[in-house]
Amino acid sequence: MSATAQAPEAKPEGTFEPTIIGFTCNWCSYRAADMAGTARMKYPPNIRLIRLMCSGRLDPTFVIKAFASGADGVMVSGCHPGDCHYVDQNYKALRRYHLLVRTLEQFGIERERLNLTWASAGEGAIFANAIGTFTEQVRALGPLNWPEDGPDEIPEETHAGSDPAGAGKLAAEVTA
Amino acid sequence: MSAEEKVPGTPAPETPADDLRVGVYVCHCGSNIAGMVDVEGVRDWAAVNLKDRGVTVAQDYKFMCSSLGQELIEKDIKERGINRVVVAACSPHLHEKTFRTACANAGLNPYLCELVSVREQDSWVHTDRAAATEKAKAILSGGVERVRHHEELEPMRVPIHPASLVVGGGIGGISAALELANAGYPVYLVERTPSIGGHMAQFDKTYPTLDCSACILTPRMVEAGTHPNITLLTYSEVEAVKGYVGNFTVTIRRKARQVDEETCTGCGVCWEKCPVNVIDTEFEAGIGYRKAVYVPFAQAVPKYPVIDKETCTYYLKGTCRACEKFCPPQSIRFDQEDEILNVEVGNIVIATGYQLFDSRRIPQYGYGRLPNVFTSMEFERLSNAAGPTGGHIVLRDGVTEPKTVGIVHCVGSRDRNYNAYCSSICCMQSLKVAHLVKEHTGATVYNFYIDMRTPSKGYDEFYQRLMEEGTIFIRGKVAEITQAAHSPEEEGKLIVQVEDTLAGAQVRIPLDMVVLSAGLEPQADAKEVAQLFGISCGFEGWMLERHPKLDPVATMTDGIFVAGCVQGPKDIPATVAQGAAASARILGRIQQGEMELEPIRASVDEEKCSGCRICNNLCPFSAIIFHEDRMVTEINPALCQGCGTCVAACPAGAISGTGFSNEQILSQIEGLLLRNIVNAAEREAVPA
Repeated sequence: MSATAQAPEAKPEGTFEPTIIGFTCNWCSYRAADMAGTARMKYPPNIRLIRLMCSGRLDPTFVIKAFASGADGVMVSGCHPGDCHYVDQNYKALRRYHLLVRTLEQFGIERERLNLTWASAGEGAIFANAIGTFTEQVRALGPLNWPEDGPDEIPEETHAGSDPAGAGKLAAEVTA
Repeated sequence: MSAEEKVPGTPAPETPADDLRVGVYVCHCGSNIAGMVDVEGVRDWAAVNLKDRGVTVAQDYKFMCSSLGQELIEKDIKERGINRVVVAACSPHLHEKTFRTACANAGLNPYLCELVSVREQDSWVHTDRAAATEKAKAILSGGVERVRHHEELEPMRVPIHPASLVVGGGIGGISAALELANAGYPVYLVERTPSIGGHMAQFDKTYPTLDCSACILTPRMVEAGTHPNITLLTYSEVEAVKGYVGNFTVTIRRKARQVDEETCTGCGVCWEKCPVNVIDTEFEAGIGYRKAVYVPFAQAVPKYPVIDKETCTYYLKGTCRACEKFCPPQSIRFDQEDEILNVEVGNIVIATGYQLFDSRRIPQYGYGRLPNVFTSMEFERLSNAAGPTGGHIVLRDGVTEPKTVGIVHCVGSRDRNYNAYCSSICCMQSLKVAHLVKEHTGATVYNFYIDMRTPSKGYDEFYQRLMEEGTIFIRGKVAEITQAAHSPEEEGKLIVQVEDTLAGAQVRIPLDMVVLSAGLEPQADAKEVAQLFGISCGFEGWMLERHPKLDPVATMTDGIFVAGCVQGPKDIPATVAQGAAASARILGRIQQGEMELEPIRASVDEEKCSGCRICNNLCPFSAIIFHEDRMVTEINPALCQGCGTCVAACPAGAISGTGFSNEQILSQIEGLLLRNIVNAAEREAVPA
C-alpha cells in the first residue's frame, strides 16, 4: 500500500516537485481553469484545485491547514476587483490575504509560498501562466517541511483554554 | 493522533466508516482522459487505497455521461447500497447535473454526489502521463474525502417575477422585448439614446438581400413603441441592480428631455424653429446636422424630441426659448428634472451592442486628415436617401461624384495592433458598399481584403454577384493611404499602397474616395455595465456567455442574459435570433412560476453565536439580521446567495455553509494531499 501511497513529488531522485493547493472561485478562476483545459493550455501538474463559491469563502484556516497537511505553496484566486459575482466579497478575500501573509511570516512561512491571482472566467491563459510562474517560485524555495509532530507539542492547557472552533481565525477579522 | 485533530477548526469525528459506502467512477471520456491518465490504474488504486475511506465500488467506463455510464451508478446505488458517489470526469460545470440526476433516479439524494475534474484540470493541461495519473489519484482522493461530509439537501425554490428588463433598444433588444411582450408578459425596454433603433436605423441597406434597413426595422420599432406590454424608457439608463434571479429591483434614471411627453405631439415645430445647428456625430456619423432640440431621425420611436443642454442657447446664455414660444401644445419644460424609477423584474436581457472602431487610431489610413477617406458608417449615411446628401454618394465637397472608390476591409480587426478578432460583418458590409457605389455612381470599385469571409445563407452568392458586377478584388492588407503623388495621374487623388498578394506585386492605386470598413468594438463602458449587472467580460471586452456553444445567451449570473453584439461581433440575423433565444429562456422560467436554485446557503447555529456582530456588515445582500433582544445573528435564507464570506469570518464557527462546509473543504485538502492515505499506512504500521 505504501508504495502507491507516496505523493508524486517523491519519485524523481534529486529534483523537488512542489505540491500546491489552489483555491478557486466557482464563477471566475474555476471557469478560467476549465477554459485553460478546453483550450489545451499546458501548465505544471503540481497544483490541485479546490472549488469555493467565492474567494470570500476562503477561511484563512484553509491555507494553514493546506500548509500543515503537506502543501509547499497555496494559490488563492478570485474575480478581479470590481468583478465579484457577490458584489464585493473578493475585497474581503484581499483583506484576509494581506493579514494572512503577515501571520504566515510569523510562523516562518515565506510570503512567496502564498499567491493571490485574479482571473476572470475568460482568462484561462492568465490563470495557466500564473500557475506556471507560481510553481517555479515555490520550486525555487524548496520543500516547506512543516514539522509532522508540531501540533503535538502544544501544551495541553493552551488547547483547553481556547475555543477549538475559532482558534484558527485571525483576530484582525474584527476589522472586517 | 490523526491529521484531523492537528489543526484547529477541523471536522468532528466522522460517521462510522461502515455507514459510508462510496462508489468511485472514473471516466475515460474516449481518449480525452484515458489518453493522458491511466484510468484503470486510478480505479485500482482507489479500490485498494481508499478502501478504508469508505470506497466499496471502483469502476471505470468509456463515457460515464452516457446512459450506460449513468446506469452503472444507478445499479450500484440500488444493488450494492452505495450511498456516496464520486465521479472523476469533466468539469462540474458540464456534467454535475447529469450525475446528480442519475443519483436521484436511483433514489439517492442528488447532493450526495461529487464530480471531480480530471479532464479540464488534468488530462487536458498536462503532458506527463505519470504525473497526470498521480494528480488524478490526488483529485479523486480529495473528492472521496469531501463526499464523506456531504449532506442530503433539497433545492431552494424562488418565485419568478413575470416582468423582464431589456437593456438596449437596438434590433437585438427590440426582438427580445417583442418576444416577451407578445407572449403576454410585461417588459421594460431601456435605451440610453432618445430613440430605439440602434445602429440598424443608421444603415441604408442590409446584406445580402439589400432590403432597405429602415423599411424592415421601423415596423418593429413602432410595434415595440406601441405594444401594451412594453414600457418604453428611452433617454434612460440603468443605475443600479439589486436582488437575484426572479426578483431583481432595478433603478433607472430617466434623463430629462425638457419635453412633456404627455402633451407633446411630435409635430416638429420646435426643431424647425430652433436656430442652433449642431453637427450630429451620433446618428449622422458626423456628416450631417441636427438642431439643439431634436429627434435623432424622422422615424424615431418615441416621437418626442429632447433638448441637448450642451448646445441649447437657453442653457448656455439664458435666452432664446424659441421652441417654447412656438410649441403648439406648450410642451417644452426647461425646468424638468431627471426622474428615478424603481422597477421589479424577474429576468434581464442585456443587448447594449457595440461601438465602431475609431479609424483615427490607424494614422497611415489618413481618416480625419485626408478628406475623402470615409468610414463605413459615414458611407451608410451618404448612401441613405434619408441622409444628409439625400442618398447621393459624393466626396467631402458635397457635389463631386467619385469615379473610383476603394474599400478597405479589416480596419481595426484581425490586426494585432488593434483587435486580433474578426469583426465578422465587415466582408459582407464591404461587398454591400461596393454594390451600392456601383449602383449609385457607376464608379470603378476596388475591394482590398485579407481573406473573404462569407459563411452564411446567401452570403457567398452575394460575393459571386459582386464579382460578376465587375468589382475589382485585390487580396492584400493596405499599407498606406496617401496624397503624395509619384506620377501625374496620381495628382489630386488618394493613393492606396498595397501588396497584391495574389499577383505578388506592390501596387499603387489612385482613387477618388476610400471607405474604411471599420470593425466592431465593445462599447466603451461595457466593463462598467457588466459590473453593474454582476457579469463579466472576456479579454476583448465582450460580455461572457455561460457556455460559448451550448449556452450562448445566459451568463454566469442567473437571470441575466445577453443578446446581440454585446456578446461578440455578429450580424443582424444572429442578433435577432439571440434576442429571441434569450426571451425563450426567460419565458420558460416565467411559465414555470418558480425555479430551483442550488441549496448553497449559510445558516447560524444560535447556540454558538456570541453576538459579536463581525459578520453583520459583510453581506452585500443584507441577508444577515441581528436580533438585539436575543443578541444573536440570523441569516435569511431567501436573501443569502451562498458566497460563504460570513462562514469564513465567524470567529466562533457558528455559521455553516451547506455544500461548502468547513468539514468538506478541510477534508478535501487532506484528500488532495493524500494525507488520508499516509495516515492509513501509519495506522497499519504502528498498531495503536
